[in-house]
Amino acid sequence: MLGIIRQKLGAGSSSATMLGQLQRIRPAASALRSFSSSAKEMTVRDALNSALDEEMSADPKVFLMGEEVGEYQGAYKITKGLLDKYGPERVLDTPITEAGFTGIGVGAAYYGLKPVVEFMTFNFSMQAIDHIINSAAKSNYMSAGQINVPIVFRGPNGAAAGVGAQHSQCYAAWFAAVPGLKVLAPYSSEDARGLLKAAIRDPDPVVFLENELLYGESFPVSAEVFDSSFCLPIGKAKIEREGKDITITAFSKMVGYALQAAEILAKEGINAEVINLRSIRPLDRATINTSVRKTNRLITVEEGFPQHGVGAEICASVVEESFGYLDAPVERVAGADVPMPYAANLERLAVPQIEDIVRAAKRACYRSVPLAASA
Amino acid sequence: MFWQVLDLPDGKVKFTPEMRFISESTTERESCYRVLDDNGKKIMSSNYAEVSREVAVKMYTDMVMLQTMDTIFYEAQRQGRISFYLTTVGEEAINIASAAALTFDDIVLPQYREPGVLIWRGFTAQEFANQCFSNKADYGKGRQMPIHYGSNKHNYITVSSPIATQLPQAVGVAYSLKMDRKDACVVTYIGEGGTSEGDFHSALNFAAVTEAPVVFICRNNGWAISTPTSDQFRSDGVVVKGRAYGIRSIRVDGNDALAMYSAVYAAREMAISEQRPILIEALTYRVGHHSTSDDSTKYRPVDEIERWKVERDPVTRFRKWIERNGWWSGEAEIEARNSVRKQMLHAIQETEKVEKPPVADMFTDVYDCPPSNLVEQEKRLRETIKRHPQDYPSDVPV
Repeated sequence: MLGIIRQKLGAGSSSATMLGQLQRIRPAASALRSFSSSAKEMTVRDALNSALDEEMSADPKVFLMGEEVGEYQGAYKITKGLLDKYGPERVLDTPITEAGFTGIGVGAAYYGLKPVVEFMTFNFSMQAIDHIINSAAKSNYMSAGQINVPIVFRGPNGAAAGVGAQHSQCYAAWFAAVPGLKVLAPYSSEDARGLLKAAIRDPDPVVFLENELLYGESFPVSAEVFDSSFCLPIGKAKIEREGKDITITAFSKMVGYALQAAEILAKEGINAEVINLRSIRPLDRATINTSVRKTNRLITVEEGFPQHGVGAEICASVVEESFGYLDAPVERVAGADVPMPYAANLERLAVPQIEDIVRAAKRACYRSVPLAASA
Repeated sequence: MFWQVLDLPDGKVKFTPEMRFISESTTERESCYRVLDDNGKKIMSSNYAEVSREVAVKMYTDMVMLQTMDTIFYEAQRQGRISFYLTTVGEEAINIASAAALTFDDIVLPQYREPGVLIWRGFTAQEFANQCFSNKADYGKGRQMPIHYGSNKHNYITVSSPIATQLPQAVGVAYSLKMDRKDACVVTYIGEGGTSEGDFHSALNFAAVTEAPVVFICRNNGWAISTPTSDQFRSDGVVVKGRAYGIRSIRVDGNDALAMYSAVYAAREMAISEQRPILIEALTYRVGHHSTSDDSTKYRPVDEIERWKVERDPVTRFRKWIERNGWWSGEAEIEARNSVRKQMLHAIQETEKVEKPPVADMFTDVYDCPPSNLVEQEKRLRETIKRHPQDYPSDVPV
């Protein structure tokens, strides 16, 4: 239903400015300002907070754990108000030990609770990665179904702004490589609400990759999204913008960039189809391949490192399934293959910008000078 | 006005003009609790928990089963019938006596040298064999290496290879139990080597802060593969670390079944009634090699091994006590050993006849519901096997 609303927004001539306005980061105060007469708005932060609140209310087994999630209201205020509402037994402020609280979360999940473990950023999840992969991901399989782990690991992932190499890495490809895990990456508020609810209800371990810069962004949401039973399916991508000339896949913040790139391309007569992956594992190969079979061209966009990234997997999938339909090589737009530098100018060069997406799309459409072959 | 005391939220701290460093060690090491002397005779002044004849005899026969299983399965590995095994030789009392002091509702998170807990809880020779031989009756559906037992119905969480991960997980399970307010606790085991892992620190710290009903049992058996305790830590073993976390602790003679039983029984009571963690350090010796991949004579003197094996065997020591009570005899001994041996050999024979897990078992349980890519992979694999049967073993069910 939201897809229809989105199309209506995109169809009019004022769509470019409207979408442009939507992508700007806005303060939380303007969350409820509506553009059209019926659409309400919600920030990603509020979407996540309300999803946690509703799931905790519906199921007493759901509990939160992480550094600063309680008294401090959450390092990014995602868990605001929840300690007051549910008490310290269900909102647990942990000592500084990712390995410790992740292990505890896994143990609690073994015994039937449903922990939602927050990493202040997924960069810190590396200190707990053995518990995530060797315990959470593999236990159901190794125990032959005797121990399932209904746990959610959530937190900001990928680049923020001016936080340097140890706070900017994207972990989508790392976790999505592991069978036994599900990996989700919301973009809009609707994604955030629907996918977090789905993750909490899912009996398997889910890695939920948020984005710090999107927390304050506001998106229009339909009445359906506000309902406490709202849920999105895991493993289904969303076509944010329909097109016929080229497919652009993206997830998280890059969806916004891809949509803006699509606007610029539209002015030059290139009609791009933008797919919001939503789910990195399982990857919605069907939607991606169907789109490529329609458009015959594909570029993938991600903020993370290029080698062995999400784009590499999508490219392989398309080459395996839809080789005959490709009219141009698949190109991956990704972050630079360097640890994230801090200086603002260097940081800008290290992550994909809208122009990079536009240029890559044009290359795929043979509208610009091709890249020179390198040695 | 002078301050004599620093009034901090977590307690008053007195000032002193004397600069005194806390010594890195005490003049004497922490003493070790025991009930039976080396000859299996009860020490007069000991305080301990009574054990009935029935329980004592079960404890002994279960220790015999553990010894027998170890001997036979070790041999089976040497004969190439299973790929891997590790024994519990020398630590039978820790295994059986600790299990005997618990109820079946207490959740156990083992390391890997505690199959005796499963024996006490009724895991059969056949069930052990099925896991080690990875046949289709294995509760793990053939997905794990030998000795990685796990059974929900016995409240024994599946053995996991990475060291010490079970410790914070145990605290998580205890947290869950605490919310349920059950009359049960969590018991988790670790070797002294495992206490070097970061997870040991996090788990103990967290258990104390969350007031979790968990009993940590550390089997200090002197060796972590080839690493002796002097290379593992420089503290007085593991028991002294408890206080650093605010955890009540005790050092016990791990080769004294009655002492182990009493300590675990008391620890369990405290953990549940006071909702607190307890640390037990059981001093013992790893008589066997680390595993079938190890030859410990390469890094330790053979006479050291022999001395512990002969003079300090926990099974013999306990047998002397039950014999002295008139609860056991030479005939009972012969009878028990023969019966268990026959049981074990029979279990192996039977298990080798059972088929291996079917191909379908490769793809289930990755997730709650099989995803489409795995359903497709399984289909394609079956088609491939059908087209090229000569490339696949004929005795594995498809």
